[in-house]
Amino acid sequence: MRIIVCIKEVPDTTDIKINPETNTLIREGVESIINPFDMYALEEGIRLKEKFGGEVIALSMGPPQAERSLREALSLGVDEAILLSDREFAGADTLATSYTLAQGIKKIGAYDLIICGKQAADGDTAQVGPGISVRLDIPQITYVSEIKEINLEEKKIKARRMSEEGYEVIQSKLPCLITVVKEINEPRLPSLKGKMRAKKAEIRVWSAEDIETDKDRIGLQGSPTQVIKIFFPPQHKGGEILQGDTKEIVEKLAGILREI
Amino acid sequence: MPIKILEEKCTGCGRCLSVCPFGAIELKGKLAVIKDNCTLCGACVDVCPFKAIVLTKDKPSISSTYSPQEAKGVWVFAEQEGGNIHSVTYELLGKGRELANKLQTELCAVLLGSEIEGKSEELIKRGADKVYLAESEEFLNYRSDIYTDALVDLIREYKPEIILAGATSVGRSLIPRVAATLRTGLTADCTGLEIETEKKILLQTRPAFGGNIMATIICPERRPQMATVRHKVLPEAQINKERKGEVISVQLKRDLISNIKIEDIVKEVDKTVKLTEADIIVSGGRGLGKKENFALIEELALVLKGAVGASRATVDSGWIPYSHQVGQTGKTVCPKVYIACGISGQIQHLVGMQSSKIIIAINKDPEAPIFKVATYGIVGDLFEIVPALIKKLKK
Repeated sequence: MRIIVCIKEVPDTTDIKINPETNTLIREGVESIINPFDMYALEEGIRLKEKFGGEVIALSMGPPQAERSLREALSLGVDEAILLSDREFAGADTLATSYTLAQGIKKIGAYDLIICGKQAADGDTAQVGPGISVRLDIPQITYVSEIKEINLEEKKIKARRMSEEGYEVIQSKLPCLITVVKEINEPRLPSLKGKMRAKKAEIRVWSAEDIETDKDRIGLQGSPTQVIKIFFPPQHKGGEILQGDTKEIVEKLAGILREI
Repeated sequence: MPIKILEEKCTGCGRCLSVCPFGAIELKGKLAVIKDNCTLCGACVDVCPFKAIVLTKDKPSISSTYSPQEAKGVWVFAEQEGGNIHSVTYELLGKGRELANKLQTELCAVLLGSEIEGKSEELIKRGADKVYLAESEEFLNYRSDIYTDALVDLIREYKPEIILAGATSVGRSLIPRVAATLRTGLTADCTGLEIETEKKILLQTRPAFGGNIMATIICPERRPQMATVRHKVLPEAQINKERKGEVISVQLKRDLISNIKIEDIVKEVDKTVKLTEADIIVSGGRGLGKKENFALIEELALVLKGAVGASRATVDSGWIPYSHQVGQTGKTVCPKVYIACGISGQIQHLVGMQSSKIIIAINKDPEAPIFKVATYGIVGDLFEIVPALIKKLKK
């Protein structure tokens, strides 16, 4: 089985805080990490390889320093890591990014399954996975919380897809693209052996030319959307702090709740 | 590089440094310098008081499916499941009506479903001028491939200016496929939409970086302009029984062939539907101390006929299932009353509940950020307050 996992390096967003006095982002100590949702994608890819044999390839688009995240993926157990990196890719929105990743996947060649995290923690768009599946003209199953069955002979996958009100069980043909949610597994930690291997491993870096991109469809040039303004959400003013002993407070609360 | 610092204008004030989400600008002497990890997001351009940063883009050489001049009408994707219209559709019709009026154009709903014509009237009463109706047994429930095909065909034929869909598990899976097929822009999970009337451009505002910053995004050249909109942020359109509109039954020009089969649809109704639809939500956080104490939250919710919510910390600790999680990576809720018990109020939680009408917060720590959004704050022990409140309400 040949599996491709797409990952993104993101700032560790839970560490980003606002300095309320200057209204600016406090960035000290914010590290770059593999997008947390992609960790579940990597884990699932590695588990499938362990079960069915074959190989797992991690693919990322980003600046040269994103190599660090790909080394982490290697330390977890992926067989190969490829970085799509080129100045021309900068400024890509989700349309240009999904095109670029799809071109990278085409260069990799045949595959059975593509796994992405459900969304990236910096942009939260969840648009790149579906965008890739359209470009490759393969079916997609989003928000997968469990792979129930894979049949490589019949080229079928059965998965549980989360919805707002519960879940669906969906069957699709392979090759297929899935995006995964955190319920799907518990990601492993890298082994010492994995870390050693990752240090030495070669990471292939492919440029815009290597993956035969159309220059009007990549980077800023290929991105129809533009960010025109970035601002901080308005700070809320606190309301009334209820004073008194428990009895008085409960009295007041019951009054408020009865009015509704 | 398409981003440039105009050296004669830059004063080295450093404002761009503090707003850059990626730390991609540094000061060299009295001059800002853009580093290699710049993603061209444009945050610095907007903040520079001296207009010293410019981001330039050549004119796009790939024409979109159709030009802004040809485009007409605001469309709402009317999400349905098994024949029931999702309530986010009514929220979108409310906003869509406002946008269409500003653009002096028509508001249309697109409805894909099986034997669903009867629902067209509801969409008209909520503000649609036209309903494009595509009926087939194949459309009973959402399937990514055939829904994409149908929607793309309709858009190519009728050329809408704007398309809005709910940022639901369906909308966020389907709409990116449609946008990628049409090679147009799409903004995910918007919380605000406005029209820039001069150029007739849709200003799409959404949270990013875990809700820490807001970004306004446009798609100036390609059409349609597409956005998914977060559920429970906008008010529903009012029903006007007198409204008249046109229902257009469309014949699809291609065969519907799907590679996807839905084997089962399971609703965990008692748990999850309530949360996004509930008028009252009682939510528990780390302050509960242990799993067993969620019983207290459940009891209060029961007395108030409300639903049970939870912070991410409690879900991550395995105290309660993910379906109860409120916040950035959980559900967005907008009840009449939200009671937060032992929740400190991290930004990722606040973005999921801060539009609730009344927020009551109970927390031991007077400095907890939850008090900044609370309508009524109680600095105290939830294990005293909550049982006493339950007792009082039961009387």
